[in-house]
Amino acid sequence: MDILNEIKVTMPSLSVNEGTARAVVSSFLVQLDPTVEELSDIRTAVSEAVTNAVVHGYRGTKGSIELTVRALPEREVYIRIKDKGCGINDVKQAMEPLFTTAPEEERSGLGFSVMESFMDKLTVKSKVGKGTTVTMRKRLSAHGD
Amino acid sequence: MQLDIKNENGTSVAYISGEIDHHNAADLRSQLDRFIISSRPCQLVIDLAGITFMDSSGIGLIMGRSKLMKTCGGKLSVHSPQPYIKRVLKLSGIERIVSIT
Repeated sequence: MDILNEIKVTMPSLSVNEGTARAVVSSFLVQLDPTVEELSDIRTAVSEAVTNAVVHGYRGTKGSIELTVRALPEREVYIRIKDKGCGINDVKQAMEPLFTTAPEEERSGLGFSVMESFMDKLTVKSKVGKGTTVTMRKRLSAHGD
Repeated sequence: MQLDIKNENGTSVAYISGEIDHHNAADLRSQLDRFIISSRPCQLVIDLAGITFMDSSGIGLIMGRSKLMKTCGGKLSVHSPQPYIKRVLKLSGIERIVSIT
């Protein structure tokens, strides 16, 4: 992978860091001058992934979340959100729209659907007891498009 | 995140400003629930004009308040979402349950 620029941030699995992750991504992407819509899509997808790590990965326990943002050639943005939480038993089922294991917290079960819709590519790798890694990519429009 | 509830011509309007994510949805949820249960409004409008960010936590929040309003004999609607928030609302299919204008 040809990486033009990269930032890596590790943060505790506190819900307040959902906003921190969005802020980090926004700051990093300034150099690529995304459209308002592109930035909004990416921030929303990142928020969903970090929320999943906080709510489902660690389930109220303490842990760390690693956020990596990369600028790749041809204005492609690569984002990886990695936790060492409980992992997902059935990734396919977890990615089904409206599926949630936390209805009592009013989780809508739309996190992965939002990530899939707002980004170009989404990959979820998980191992029970080891954690989950969510990778997303999005190509930004060329300047002047 | 800030919540301001006003009574306008017999309709209760909840003006929410700032960001709605999982972190602040719980506080918003308890404030709105307290109001719904104590005031029992017939109509509650959630005005999203002042919202600068919302992820799917906002969908859970709206759906939950819609259910509570129905239980209390009232109706919930959503007003003035920004275009990028409309996309999240549309993706969820929530407009089949809650009126969005």
